[in-house]
Amino acid sequence: MRRGAAALAAILIATAGATPAITTASAAAAPARASLTDIENDVMCVACHEPLSVAESPQAYAERNFIRVLIAQGMSKPQIERQLVAQYGPAVLGKPPANGFNLTVYVLPPAIVLVGLGILAYALPRWRRRSRARAAAPANATPPPDAADAKRLDDDLAAYGG
Amino acid sequence: MRRFLIPGIAVAVVIALLALLAFGVSSQKTNSSIDAAVAKGAFPVAPNSHTTLPDLGSTGKTSLASLHGKVVVLNVFASWCGPCVAEAPILEREQHLIAPHNATILGVTYLDNSDDSAAFVHRYRITYPVIRDVNGNFVRSFGTTGVPETFIINRQGKIVAIRRYQLAGNWLQQTVARVLQEQA
Repeated sequence: MRRGAAALAAILIATAGATPAITTASAAAAPARASLTDIENDVMCVACHEPLSVAESPQAYAERNFIRVLIAQGMSKPQIERQLVAQYGPAVLGKPPANGFNLTVYVLPPAIVLVGLGILAYALPRWRRRSRARAAAPANATPPPDAADAKRLDDDLAAYGG
Repeated sequence: MRRFLIPGIAVAVVIALLALLAFGVSSQKTNSSIDAAVAKGAFPVAPNSHTTLPDLGSTGKTSLASLHGKVVVLNVFASWCGPCVAEAPILEREQHLIAPHNATILGVTYLDNSDDSAAFVHRYRITYPVIRDVNGNFVRSFGTTGVPETFIINRQGKIVAIRRYQLAGNWLQQTVARVLQEQA
């Protein structure tokens, strides 16, 4: 009896957990409704070269009105962005398209990081090896004088009052 | 030799980045050479004359080259531009005066969506041809960074006069009349 109750409880808990997951999945599948605030953050005022969210020029107002009309037509954010590019050119996008000179925006930062990591990978072991060798070497690495030099040194010290 | 490898790579990377920066800055620079040439009387050929741009309100395309032999008053405008509203009747009146003399006004929309441009044309009863410069590259080659701007192009396709701000007074009428007289 107890076992049956535990199994029922387990099923109820599992079902309760799964229901919101199913709801979330179906919500994710439906295209999100575009909002002016969301789009404004990702597009530019093409005349004033500022993000549309902060731009106050007449062109910015015209662009906002255009977006409002497209939202009212039920378009999704990607569709609206495509319409904006068709009307104002690719410069309207906050993130430039990955082609031509704009490609440097995407390629250069990771390339610089990779080159930096490469330099570190090449140089660090050498620096560590060099500093270890320096630490391992005796403080006074001067070789001791041979017998003839030692005798001459003793003679000089004796001659000059040592 | 190997001790110079890393500093060498670092210097090369810095030089490459500076070169990139210089290229980026120079490509953004405003082209003012047309104004200087016109001011000196060395009338430059209108740039990108073979670039075809879509006509507003139709599927056709127009280029400056297709208007070669005509005096063309190229007016860059946008529906969101207040001074362009003030200019519209001046340009329309001028179009009626010059059309019989193998000349035309050619409107070019600047950073404007086609519905707004079409509404502007309808509201101000504009009858001259209007083309759309969607990404602004065509007018940028004329040094345009704002609206309204007006360029007068003679029958040989050369820019003979520029107005980088709102048309006022009789400048347009007098200048076009002079160009038509010279080219008669």
